[in-house]
Amino acid sequence: MRHLLAALVALALLIPVPAFAGPVQDLLQAHGSAIIKSSRKTIQPTIDAMAASGLPEVQLILQKWQAREIWQRKEDGQFFIGEEVEKRVYRLTDFDTGERVGDYPKKELKQVKPNSGVQAMIGTALVQFQLTDPDPSLRAAALDSIQRDPAPELLPPLRASIESETDPTLKAQKDRLNTLLTISYGADDAERIVAIDSMAGDLGVDVRATLNPLLDTTRKIADGDTPGTENVAKVLVPGTDLTETEAYDLIVAAWLAPARIEPDDIRNALAAHIDGGTVGSIPVATLSDPAKRVLAYDALAANGTVPPRVTPADQQAALAQFTIYDAYLEPSQQVTDAAQDALTDIELNVSLYQTLDLSLDALSLASIYFLAAIGLAITFGVMGVINMAHGEFIMMGAYTGYVIQQIIPDYTLSIIVAIPVAFLVTFGAGVAMERLVIRWLYHRPLETLLATFGISIALQQIAKNIFGTQARPLTSPAWLDGAWVMNDVVSISYIRIAIFCLAMIFLAVFLFIMNRTRLGLETRAVTQNPRMAGSMGINPDKVNMLTFGLGSGIAGIAGVAIGLYAKVTSELGSDYIVQSFMTVVVGGVGNIWGTLLGAGMIGFLQKGIEWMNPSNTLAAQTYMIIFIIIFIQFRPRGIIALKGRAAGD
Amino acid sequence: MSRSFFLKNPSVLVFIACLALFTLGATILSDGFGVGLISTSFIKTLGKTLCLCLVAIAMDLVWGYAGILSLGHMAFFGLGGYMIGMWLMYERTRLIITESMSNAAIPPTDQEVVDAIGTQIFGVVGSSDFPTIWLFSASLPMQLALVVLVPGLLALIFGWLAFRSRVTGVYLSILTQAMTLALALYLFQNDSGLRGNNGLSGLQNLPGLDAVPQSTLSVWFLWASALALGLGYVLIAWVVSGKFGSVIRGIRDDEARVRFLGYSVEGYKLFVFVLTAIIAGIAGALYYPQAGIINPAEMAPIASIYLAVWVAIGGRGRIYGAVIGAALVSLVSTWFTSGQVPSINLGVYTVNWVDWWQVVLGLSFVLVTLYAPKGIGGLFDLISGRTPPNRHGKDLGPDAGSLQEQEAEQ
Amino acid sequence: MSTLLEVSGVSVSFDGFRAINNLSFKIGPAEMRAIIGPNGAGKTTFMDIVTGKTRPDEGRVIWGDKSVNLLKMSEAKIAQAGVGRKFQRPTVFEDQSVFDNLMMAIKNDRTPWGVLFFKPKSSDNARAEELASEIGLADQLHRKSGELSHGQKQWLEIGMLLAQDPQLLLVDEPAAGMTLEEREHTTALLAEAAKTRAVVVVEHDMEFVRRLECKVTVLHEGSVLAEGSLDHVTQNQDVIDVYLGR
Repeated sequence: MRHLLAALVALALLIPVPAFAGPVQDLLQAHGSAIIKSSRKTIQPTIDAMAASGLPEVQLILQKWQAREIWQRKEDGQFFIGEEVEKRVYRLTDFDTGERVGDYPKKELKQVKPNSGVQAMIGTALVQFQLTDPDPSLRAAALDSIQRDPAPELLPPLRASIESETDPTLKAQKDRLNTLLTISYGADDAERIVAIDSMAGDLGVDVRATLNPLLDTTRKIADGDTPGTENVAKVLVPGTDLTETEAYDLIVAAWLAPARIEPDDIRNALAAHIDGGTVGSIPVATLSDPAKRVLAYDALAANGTVPPRVTPADQQAALAQFTIYDAYLEPSQQVTDAAQDALTDIELNVSLYQTLDLSLDALSLASIYFLAAIGLAITFGVMGVINMAHGEFIMMGAYTGYVIQQIIPDYTLSIIVAIPVAFLVTFGAGVAMERLVIRWLYHRPLETLLATFGISIALQQIAKNIFGTQARPLTSPAWLDGAWVMNDVVSISYIRIAIFCLAMIFLAVFLFIMNRTRLGLETRAVTQNPRMAGSMGINPDKVNMLTFGLGSGIAGIAGVAIGLYAKVTSELGSDYIVQSFMTVVVGGVGNIWGTLLGAGMIGFLQKGIEWMNPSNTLAAQTYMIIFIIIFIQFRPRGIIALKGRAAGD
Repeated sequence: MSRSFFLKNPSVLVFIACLALFTLGATILSDGFGVGLISTSFIKTLGKTLCLCLVAIAMDLVWGYAGILSLGHMAFFGLGGYMIGMWLMYERTRLIITESMSNAAIPPTDQEVVDAIGTQIFGVVGSSDFPTIWLFSASLPMQLALVVLVPGLLALIFGWLAFRSRVTGVYLSILTQAMTLALALYLFQNDSGLRGNNGLSGLQNLPGLDAVPQSTLSVWFLWASALALGLGYVLIAWVVSGKFGSVIRGIRDDEARVRFLGYSVEGYKLFVFVLTAIIAGIAGALYYPQAGIINPAEMAPIASIYLAVWVAIGGRGRIYGAVIGAALVSLVSTWFTSGQVPSINLGVYTVNWVDWWQVVLGLSFVLVTLYAPKGIGGLFDLISGRTPPNRHGKDLGPDAGSLQEQEAEQ
Repeated sequence: MSTLLEVSGVSVSFDGFRAINNLSFKIGPAEMRAIIGPNGAGKTTFMDIVTGKTRPDEGRVIWGDKSVNLLKMSEAKIAQAGVGRKFQRPTVFEDQSVFDNLMMAIKNDRTPWGVLFFKPKSSDNARAEELASEIGLADQLHRKSGELSHGQKQWLEIGMLLAQDPQLLLVDEPAAGMTLEEREHTTALLAEAAKTRAVVVVEHDMEFVRRLECKVTVLHEGSVLAEGSLDHVTQNQDVIDVYLGR
């Protein structure tokens, strides 16, 4: 057939028909009627003929055809590429010469309109051209389209194109796609099984998407044993795999047994047969008793007015008679077994990597808690001042970042500016708060708690009044977008990596300040014995002020980081405050390593609980808090506890 | 509770008299029983305020006297509300369902009625089955018992865990706050069995009393709330007046010392914690039928912190202080946030009190903590001239003699 | 001689620092004992261990005729068993009256329920008044104890200690901040108490210790350095080296 057509075309080339302009037109004319009245059932030979014609324009024709951009001129029946230049006027271009033929009103033209089925078939034919297209990006696009929409007929052109592929990446992709298509549409079982085995343990989502449909089942019912013709996945035992009622209902649904009479059916039947205040000689007024209803119904059934109830014995008999089983849609058992094995392998691998992914998630959550808590570790842990407005300092930092972004549109620059500005803003706020309020309340921790809480609600409301209640975006720079992808299972966004790094930097800065600087020394001195420190020339007022400012300033920077990760609202701080305190308390007050461990524990715990119950992050938080309350039973002073007299009772 | 108790504590009698006068006055001015000068909704506000006063005096007992700054008592309050709400909602739905089913051709079975109620109540969270916690919802006595038992048991378990591990001071506050947060988050879930964030609603309609107008009901609840407040006041005043009061104040001031006197501090704290949780539960059970709706947001930690704010503003360690604080702050808050207070036009900016009240409240709270640690109740000391020297600093030791730390620094 | 309290082989360390090192100590039911030693010798930690505030790493603390293990008991239980303690700094409940302070200390039912329904019997009131006059606060009975002077607070605390009616009194520097006259009164009180119960006094002041006329135990670096009469230990070369000589 193809050869014949090719010969015909060749003939047409040799003997130009004067009425027609070129080989393409000839080809189109040869299939004119099929093209105009295309249908899925009849068009395949035409498409094949075009594909086989070897004309350089074939791809163009098919594309234009698929895009419904081929128009027939009514006066002579010739086909052209049509392009709307103005309303109802089309500019026609000749296929062979590429020259403009002229502008025609729509009424003089007839559009070639392939339906969607035909369009898809044209698309398939196009693929082989695209797969060998000189442009690598087009080849990649063709591979993508095959991957999206695999079909058996794509397999031969794909295989044919592998040999000539020059790009190693694309070649690997083609090989992989070939294997996947072979799994689905390979010619024989042996070939498919080889392909399946070669994919065992592969983590790609595409592999699972290919293998899973092979294991799709339908639920069937057989009278007696399962028929040997079926590829049975599992025989379902009523009572273990599904309840007896469910099993019976399946049999009923297959019209193999009479339906059970439900309480609702009984009620409706009784209501339909009320006879002068009684049903089946039982008074209606007593029918609120289920037992009486059954009696009345049985009486009706005895008369033959309603179908009899299905007794448990009937149900058992039906269940004994029929076998309910799941059968694979795939007929070959070797293929399903191989697919099952391959999937088991893959799932094992996937779960290993999921554990890794979960750990990375937990680590990044822990970094966020650590960031939120490190300021508290200073004010609460070192100074013993409980600051309920700490969360609001985080919020202030985040809003500072937002405001800076409104002023400096460049995201990278604005973040670089925002971090020191946020520090300064919250440092100032912290110092002001220490001077005005907290200074007067040292040694009265509960009062400090309440006073700082008053500040917290005031700050929250002020933020709400200024910025409104809706969330404000704090956009991260483009280089922080995206994620570091290890494979289809494990990936971690750059923002989270950045937050992790920031947390580590904070830890280093904190350790440096506390252990290597004069401020750290003085802070520790003032914390341990303010009177003695004072007599040694340290000004405790100043040290307290600076330390508190430092803790608050760090909260501000944490705010910028958290703002990148979460939406900035006036409630941002209160979302983190309880977790932050938990982090410090669980870790052990007065020890930065404790805070680190506390954050790690809470982060991993929360992710772990979420993993066990993924649908419900609210419940995860509940269970986490309960766990912490119990944890404190065993280590009341946290993971790293100060012992002895230093702990102070 | 003998005559000598009232003789020794005349302020209790004064308070009871004021409460009785207030209730009588409100009744006379009400829509349902009197001249109608006070609207029904305001009667409800007054009734709710009395319930808040009740939970505030419980807070005063646990914080002002025993020194446990609990940030969880509004959770107990909410639990009490939920417990009574379950019965109210069940019973009212049952009456409506029975009414509508009575027209059916066949009288419904009990199971059909229960199923219909379940669909009606839990349809909103996409369920129709009764969760186990609704086991007793058909029985008013059982739910009334749960009003006391559920907050009491939760307080018992939590308190036992917290106190035995010697969690004190701010740690305990944070822990109670975490407990409240956990409870609120749990109730926010749809499958918590209490209708998630929809909460329970329609609680203002008492089952079987459809004929009684809300104007009358509101006064009944006002009476009930006043009675509960009166009884609670007397109970707490009695608890703190004797040796028990001495011991818990001792625990507040120096826990270790009380321990070395041979008192099991944990037992006392637990007793006070549970007792006040129960009082809070009862207050909640009276409050929410007047509010009409309860949802988990009411139990958020912030509510408990506000409770502490009221008590602090009113004056800790004196029961009438808590009542004054709760009544004053909650009524003024209602007034400001209802939008009835005229905005102040500053030219460049208009201060809208609905937006700024919260700021004023927060800052005034800071001011009270800083400058009036005794709260409004401290004014009574000024009036009565009872201003004992405030000597709460640590001793300086033998050398500085009888001066205290703070005095020496001045 | 029977033993009221026996501490044997007790050690405790804080973050690597051994505050008490294999300490053994015995005291009979009606005996006065003074403990002296330089700062950091472990005097206060020793009291903490006996009263249950600090748990030792090893060793035993046995109490009374029935040989109860004190290490298994809570502070409150130990106090109820008959160990009374007076702190270095007077710690009285400053918000409450002298009477309330004493009433709290007087031996009675200590359970919450019992205390809730407690009504002072006339004997309780009489006991409070008796104690108050003993400690010289009879006319201050209804003053807030926060208003008392330092010395008066010390007295009140001793009064509360006696009110508990303990079998063993642990007294930490009772005479600090007192005038000579007050010291004498204190000595007399303690001596009187030691007739019927055991009294352990921790004191720095050698004059005061001498006045107590009792057996002396010298602690150093967490263990017993010497024991005997004051004259005996003050002539001990070790004691002179580590304590008196300095």
